[in-house]
Amino acid sequence: MTYREAVREALREALHADPRVVLIGEDVGRYGGAYACSLGLLEEFGPDRIRDTPLSENAFLGAGIGSAVAGLRPIVEIMTINFALLALDQLVNNAATLRHMSAGQLSVPLVVRMASGAGRQLAAQHSHSLEVWFAHVPGLKVLAPATVSDARHMLAAALADPDPVIICEHALLYATEGEVEPAAGFDPWRAAVRRAGDDLTIVTSGGSLPKCLAAAEQLAAEGIAAEVIDLRCLRPLDLDAVAASVATTGRLVTVDEGWRTCGLAAEITAAIAERSFGDLVAPPARVCTAEVPIPYARQLEEAALPSVAGIVAAARRLVVPATAEEAPA
Amino acid sequence: MSEPGPAADAGLSPSATTPVLAPAHARRLLAEMLLVRRFEERAAECYTEGRIRGFLHLGVGQEATAVGGTAALEPEDRLVAAYREHAHALLRGVPPAVVMAEMFGRSAGCCRGRGGSMHLIDAQRRFYGGYAIVGGGMPLAVGLALADRLEQRPHVTACFFGDGAVAEGAFHECLNLAALWRLPVLFFCENNLYAMGTALGRHQAMPLIHRKAAGYGIEGMVVDGMDVLAVEAATRLAVELVRGTGMPVLIEARTYRFRAHSMYDPDRYRDKDEVARWKTRDPLVTFPRRLRDWGLLDDESLRELDAAATAAVEQAVAEAEASPPEPAAELFRDLVGEPIRQPAGALS
Ligand SMILES: Cc1ncc(C[n+]2csc(CCOP(=O)(O)OP(=O)(O)O)c2C)c(N)n1
Ligand SMILES: [Mg+2]
Repeated sequence: MTYREAVREALREALHADPRVVLIGEDVGRYGGAYACSLGLLEEFGPDRIRDTPLSENAFLGAGIGSAVAGLRPIVEIMTINFALLALDQLVNNAATLRHMSAGQLSVPLVVRMASGAGRQLAAQHSHSLEVWFAHVPGLKVLAPATVSDARHMLAAALADPDPVIICEHALLYATEGEVEPAAGFDPWRAAVRRAGDDLTIVTSGGSLPKCLAAAEQLAAEGIAAEVIDLRCLRPLDLDAVAASVATTGRLVTVDEGWRTCGLAAEITAAIAERSFGDLVAPPARVCTAEVPIPYARQLEEAALPSVAGIVAAARRLVVPATAEEAPA
Repeated sequence: MSEPGPAADAGLSPSATTPVLAPAHARRLLAEMLLVRRFEERAAECYTEGRIRGFLHLGVGQEATAVGGTAALEPEDRLVAAYREHAHALLRGVPPAVVMAEMFGRSAGCCRGRGGSMHLIDAQRRFYGGYAIVGGGMPLAVGLALADRLEQRPHVTACFFGDGAVAEGAFHECLNLAALWRLPVLFFCENNLYAMGTALGRHQAMPLIHRKAAGYGIEGMVVDGMDVLAVEAATRLAVELVRGTGMPVLIEARTYRFRAHSMYDPDRYRDKDEVARWKTRDPLVTFPRRLRDWGLLDDESLRELDAAATAAVEQAVAEAEASPPEPAAELFRDLVGEPIRQPAGALS
């Protein structure tokens, strides 16, 4: 099935499983979702549970928070992460704070889904990867399904969580096809090794995973065995998984579609430098989006985004000099 | 809200405010509507051919609103629009080739290919964009007007937005702020009765948008957005009010988009009959008919005007095609500016 169908199946299952689940968002009903993730759900579950909203992101996200506090299990869809900035106040100042600030009197079992990422020439107000803005905030959890199977199962795990969980779906993944693994033992809070290797560790998430796997394939042809780790959860980070891999490979490349400065890759790099300094045999590298608002023209957008070639080059730079040193003179 | 709504509840009779119609002016309005229509039809073709990518939002059907709404502005007035803004760019005088080149990702585009269809900007022509976050341009318009007020310049800032934007906090915050600070903003709602797939009645508890002006103590007007003369007359009145009183005014033009929301939209949410009914009010049919009835236009001159519009668009496509793609090496261009030296005594 496709990633989009996986999201839809997950929504349908959640709506069937629990009458308290409601889907709230712009064009989720009549239109079927901007990315067609909720197509058919209005007909199946009716307008009380599939709620089209006006363009009022802060208000309906806040309504999601209030209804979660009062016992519903809302899933709020924000059309894209760029528009989530209009709801940032409710997310950061209310959703993330209420449990702690109320000394445990209130909890916000809210799930927020949003599309993220670039690659479709939608220019600077529709293309950014701002996952790390949410991952910065204590009180929020952030999931980034990179595979069809994760898209299928992460929603249920998020709904089972007593606190706000944000699910960021990279828009380029919706059309991808993949297998759905059985739900038994599913744990979205742990990183996954998507490809094993012992020369270097490539850490990534979401829409960058396919690029990293393609890069690993190319590197393999050159005799470099890259381990590809999909973080899956951006807060809390599964640093144990990254450290375990780096303990074997000694080399770390982090690939993120966000910007480099103060970004996800910066955090991974810093954390590994702190805890695995002795394991590293080369300085960690980062492959991120160029520090520009993402431009429209195809050639500019491509130049701005992490590329397979860029990942391969970064990996090669880490491995090749070291290999040369190790080789007998 | 699915019936074509002529100026019945407009509270403003178009005939009472229609200026004496000079033949040359009539022809200008028609020529502008034709240019916008032919330009957008050609853009749709270019999209199908893959020459334009990303989101492309067409205003086909809404030409009378854009043309009438801009006809009442002075060249020095400022304009802020949303992402369905090809018409506004063209009507502010951005050359069709420059708009097309922008959408082709070429260096000759007004933003050197960085913005594309949704982010056309031409500051020299006082066209300030081009915003793809719904309601996102409105605070900027308030700021432009604030600067004009403080510098005692006589300009009006026209801020165009859709009915969907009325649900955003920015709409309400901006109406209040502009009224509170007495700023010369013309808030122009192009009410095409839909925000993407959500009909007006399904996103507004009180769908008479012009009435929301009352909540902020400013004038609100409504006009038939399919009638270019009515729109021009109403907008003239509104602009005069803004310029004369220095206060903001909200004007709502009821219009309709004939095509889908964007090239991605399968258009499943509205009835084909509804679209067909609105198409009978196509301003590119009704306006020429009126002009013919009034003896201001014959078939021959209509053909000439249309041919001229088509030729201008073809020329634009050719010029855009001939201009080089913006080089990827220029990716980091225009990220930071030169240090600004404050002019002595500014605002003092
Ligand atoms: C803040 C924000 N939320 C959602 C969107 C997605 N979106 C783009 S256009 C649109 C509908 C806007 O309708 P309206 O303001 O009436 O303008 P129209 O498209 O009819 O010209 C939506 C929901 C967006 N661009 N920005
Ligand atoms: Mg609209």
